[in-house]
Amino acid sequence: MIAYLIRRILYAVPILVGVNLLTFALFFVVNTPDDMARMQLGIKRVTPEAIEKWKQQHGYDKPLLVNSSASGTGKVTDTIFWRKSASMFVFDFGFADDGRNISREIATRMGPSLAIALPTFLIGLVVYVSFALLMTLFRATALDAAGVALCVLLMSVSGLFYIIGGQFLVSKLWHLVPISGYAGGMDGIKFVVLPIVIGVAGSIGSSSRWYRTIFLEEIGKDYVRTARAKGLSELRVLFTHVLKNAMIPILTGVVVVIPLLFMGSLLTESFFGIPGLGSYTIDAINAQDFSIVRAMVFLGSVLYIAGLILTDVSYTVVDPRVRLQ
Amino acid sequence: MSFMPIILWSDALVFLLLAAGAFSAWYIRQREHLSLPWRRVAKSRMAMVSLLVLSLFMLVGLLDTLHFRPALPSANGGDKVYSPEVLSVFDKLAGPLRTHTEKTYSAPFALTLYAKEGVMDAQGHIVRDYPRLQYGGAHLTDASQRDGDVAARGLAGGAAGLLAGILLAMLARRWTSQRALLVAVLLAAPLIGAVANLATAYHVLGTDKVGQDVLYLSLKSIRTGLIIGTVTTLVTLPLALFLGVAAGYFRGWVDDVIQYVYTVLSSIPSVLLIAAAVLMMQVTIDMHPQWFDTTAARADLRLVFLCLILGVTSWTGLCRLLRGETLKLREMEYIQAAQSFGVSSLRILARHIMPNVMHIVLISLVMDFSALVLAEAVLSYVGVGVDPTMISFGTMINAARLEMGREPMVWWALASAFGFMLVLVLAANLFADAVRDAFDPRLNRTEGAA
Repeated sequence: MIAYLIRRILYAVPILVGVNLLTFALFFVVNTPDDMARMQLGIKRVTPEAIEKWKQQHGYDKPLLVNSSASGTGKVTDTIFWRKSASMFVFDFGFADDGRNISREIATRMGPSLAIALPTFLIGLVVYVSFALLMTLFRATALDAAGVALCVLLMSVSGLFYIIGGQFLVSKLWHLVPISGYAGGMDGIKFVVLPIVIGVAGSIGSSSRWYRTIFLEEIGKDYVRTARAKGLSELRVLFTHVLKNAMIPILTGVVVVIPLLFMGSLLTESFFGIPGLGSYTIDAINAQDFSIVRAMVFLGSVLYIAGLILTDVSYTVVDPRVRLQ
Repeated sequence: MSFMPIILWSDALVFLLLAAGAFSAWYIRQREHLSLPWRRVAKSRMAMVSLLVLSLFMLVGLLDTLHFRPALPSANGGDKVYSPEVLSVFDKLAGPLRTHTEKTYSAPFALTLYAKEGVMDAQGHIVRDYPRLQYGGAHLTDASQRDGDVAARGLAGGAAGLLAGILLAMLARRWTSQRALLVAVLLAAPLIGAVANLATAYHVLGTDKVGQDVLYLSLKSIRTGLIIGTVTTLVTLPLALFLGVAAGYFRGWVDDVIQYVYTVLSSIPSVLLIAAAVLMMQVTIDMHPQWFDTTAARADLRLVFLCLILGVTSWTGLCRLLRGETLKLREMEYIQAAQSFGVSSLRILARHIMPNVMHIVLISLVMDFSALVLAEAVLSYVGVGVDPTMISFGTMINAARLEMGREPMVWWALASAFGFMLVLVLAANLFADAVRDAFDPRLNRTEGAA
């Protein structure tokens, strides 16, 4: 197990190198730092001196890959690639355009993101699986058909509608919770309830339908027929046999997103004014702060790969036949 | 009136898609085994009704794709000068909708603006009142006539639509005996007739902040949504198909390289990758204003780029599926037989592997369509979607979002954008389901019945 984990982590390195090179190419080769400087300073009537100054302030005044004027290891390390891109491997994301340390900002913003994303994830999982089990229990009846129709309808509605509609109904019309804002501790509950409910409701259609498909696939298998032949009740069959065996396909889709919960949700956080990583990313995109976007891309892929490894580990927990070597 | 036809990049790609679609339709019609699943689709009531809705949307989108620049009335017979504004055939057809812009917000079917302003009354005093609209219901002398007029126009339009619908249904009965489809035609035609007739005199869905007709904006958004949903497949399809099949068939280092590429791409959360790529594209576009002679051309190129980026970020899923399927297929006896006969790899891929994975490709493409339409709205909200000057569901929602805070609330722009989007995506989802059911070989069915 330990050996397997170490090997998987080593496998992740080339992928992260690929991500790193890709973002480097995207951010520094497609557009040169000069273009970025001009963009930030306004396109027209910008003097070459101003561009140089901006580049110097933000540390973009170095050569891209090889610094021929430096000596020794400086040839490699005193470059934009080393300073801005390779340094992300030790989670040193440098400074944003407003001069703040990105790593520290990420650390403080993870909390609020998790406060929304984790409950949404857990409650959502329970709701979707129960709804799907219900549909499976009543399969091939009018109730099941109505459930599927509802799912298709719900998944055809834009995610933006759930947020805007929910905010309007609950906050503006009924005045139950504040429209947006955030506070730490117990005071924060009134702020996070609505985003969580909306987050759960937003993907009830697609998720429940997906789980239903998984359950239906299991229910046609031989062991289910055997269980029924032994006289088990349909509920017993569903909960103790089908649910357990459907765990592998469920975990495949679910575990991988757990680390990504740290990143928060772009839409929810920006609509509800939650100071998490999602709204941080949106603000960075709107302000065209490339260093933050670069940092988030790298962080996102690290977390995704962590999710993949976690998925493999989770298989061993639910299925004793799976052995990782 | 003379004009200069314009083919924007996205137009050209749409024509390419249409040609490809027409060719495959012809190709499939020739071959019994290929047209069989499509006949199953044609039997499904749900599929045909949603196809009707989709074709209405597509008609609007296509009319909106034929672009031209009208000539300006030139002084003293000099060289022809063309307007810098790029119009489409749809703009021409929807003439009054486009040109009847009010000053600012007005509710659906309203005769007055939505906010009070200082207006001159009969005695020459300035009083605060709701000013009358310039176009909406301008033919009425008194506000009390409105309801009767709306009903009369609606009924007249509806009756004309019904008549057209009956004619169409009678014509359609030659090809189809499906009652649900005929009923849908009879329902849709009066609705379209009534709305079209009302739209000439009123703002059926109100007007937005700068006084543009919301119905016009919603109809224009359709093209953007359709292009995002379809042109993206031009990028995904070749990438996923060739790389997926090659990885599965050749294995070895080819497989390793392709797997590495798609693992790297899919490990970046897609919104972030799209955001990064769009930000970079924005810089490039802003740095080269000389590339574009009209703002429409610039907005259009950005749309095409967005499709490209969406395609590059979304081919990995399909590629993985195809690789898995090809790994299974290459062990089949008929492939091994072909190999032992010395058939070249390229030929095996083209003759034996590709046709056998096509159902996966088709299912995945129709399923992706609705997701892409929805994604456009979200991306435009985040600020990495289409150009802000391009009319789309996303830009409509983005502009209307702040109006929810107004008192009294301006709800119609949001409602129209969400409503149109819901109908489009729902129809696409239902159609996709029918296609999946018809093509999925895992579903047991009695072939003799088909």
